[in-house]
Amino acid sequence: MNKIKVTMRFSANDITIPVTYHLVKDYDLMVNILNADISLNKIGTLVADLAGEQENIEQGLEFIRGLGVDVRIFNKNIIWEADKCIHCGACTAVCPSGALVMDKTDWSLTFDREKCLICGLCVKACPINVMNITDNGE
Amino acid sequence: MAHKSLEEINEKIKKGIAVVVTAEEVIGIVDEMGPKKAAEEVDVVTTGTFGAMCSTGMFINFGHSTPPIRMTRVWLNDVPAFAGLAAVDSYIGATELSKTRGMEYGGAHVIEDLIAGKDINLYAESYGTDCYPRKEISTTINKSNINQAYMFNPRNAYQNYPAACNMSDRIIYTYMGTLLPNGGNVTYCTAGCLSPLINDPEYRTIGIGTRVFLGGAQGYVAWEGTQHNPDQERGENGVPISLAGTLALIGDIKQMSTRFIKAAVYQNYGISMFMGVGIPIPILDEDMIRKTAVKDSEIFTDIVDKSGHEGVIRRVSYAELRSGSVELKGRRVQTSPLSSLKVAREIAALLKEEVKKGEFTLTQPVAGLPRHNTVNKLEIRGNSNE
Repeated sequence: MNKIKVTMRFSANDITIPVTYHLVKDYDLMVNILNADISLNKIGTLVADLAGEQENIEQGLEFIRGLGVDVRIFNKNIIWEADKCIHCGACTAVCPSGALVMDKTDWSLTFDREKCLICGLCVKACPINVMNITDNGE
Repeated sequence: MAHKSLEEINEKIKKGIAVVVTAEEVIGIVDEMGPKKAAEEVDVVTTGTFGAMCSTGMFINFGHSTPPIRMTRVWLNDVPAFAGLAAVDSYIGATELSKTRGMEYGGAHVIEDLIAGKDINLYAESYGTDCYPRKEISTTINKSNINQAYMFNPRNAYQNYPAACNMSDRIIYTYMGTLLPNGGNVTYCTAGCLSPLINDPEYRTIGIGTRVFLGGAQGYVAWEGTQHNPDQERGENGVPISLAGTLALIGDIKQMSTRFIKAAVYQNYGISMFMGVGIPIPILDEDMIRKTAVKDSEIFTDIVDKSGHEGVIRRVSYAELRSGSVELKGRRVQTSPLSSLKVAREIAALLKEEVKKGEFTLTQPVAGLPRHNTVNKLEIRGNSNE
């Protein structure tokens, strides 16, 4: 099974088809919505993990593109240099998805890659420059 | 009234029988055995903090070249240093920006690189004198080929600090981190119950001459810190609600470790420096054990709007801030620390071991810190400021 992370941008007022439903039902994909910003008459964005057979992922992406949705596959990555981190917590103030949170027992920073939207806000917020955004080379 | 004198405590430290605990551990001990018994049992409580402290810098003496130079302008790795002192004395402030790299590199990075043992480019100019004929010098220095290099930090270890939010409609970048619009997040910056001056709120044991842990070395309290404000509003436990006492600290950078002193860059704000500070507090009597047993739920601060729109929003305890969210104008908002509790704990624990082993003995202050002081505002006089 493969998994990819995608951002889908819907044009304002354009989408009437339940995209997620079709991805699940027709393409047998597991859709994990990480962030959604969709409101009437506005451009909407949906960030999600799509997991399933490679063939199904490709066909599913084909289907969404066919609806006129702009699909972008994440090919960047956040690299956290944990050994240099001082665990101050400044990055947790800007992380929109809760990927970066403080462990309340030993107050060390924890990074849940699954939840990361790769928005890059932590890279700029880190005062000691241990968060970096890199290209996966895909 | 005193149970123990400082001399008795130091005697126990020398014999290796002193009971030393951290400012977090003492809370449970006092809860369990009560303050009277705990004051007899415990000899020393260690504190720690590791936060960004902008008012930090280093004096450095480069040694004389042949022929000699009376340096009038100095740059270290392209960061300007103050040279209005004797020929080869200089002071570099943590927040000074590089002339070539801007906010990416500054005085704090020079200090950190020097502590790390790296070579630093020194460039200096002079007008030349009969006794100091050289007009320019370009060389590299490191911590083993210079003379004295010591931190002199005019203001460290703020006793308390307001938490920050942003009630404007745009994101703002501050020394309290990135603050999201419409009260979208709250940041706070003290070690709470571990913080040195929170544990001795009335400066009974901490004063001028007190030996402290500074950036991994043994340093000293040189003076009251700038903006020292002991008259700040205080709770019933004596702990100030906002900005209050501060310390001017000195320490030898050649003994420091980059684990406990680190350059920091705050986006669109500038450069600062994480300073590790720890102070051991002698438990002279029941009053001191009560003071050091203060809990996060008993330490309060104000949440202040850093956009300048609304001033103080509300008062919170550090227990609430530590919980991960607070209520702000009717909704739950995420709270984030900016000072590292993890490293603060490490400092308190390290100091505890050093005191236990007799490597760090306690000192009687030479003079007390002021208990009253007025903090003046800068008045704009004249009419040339329009």
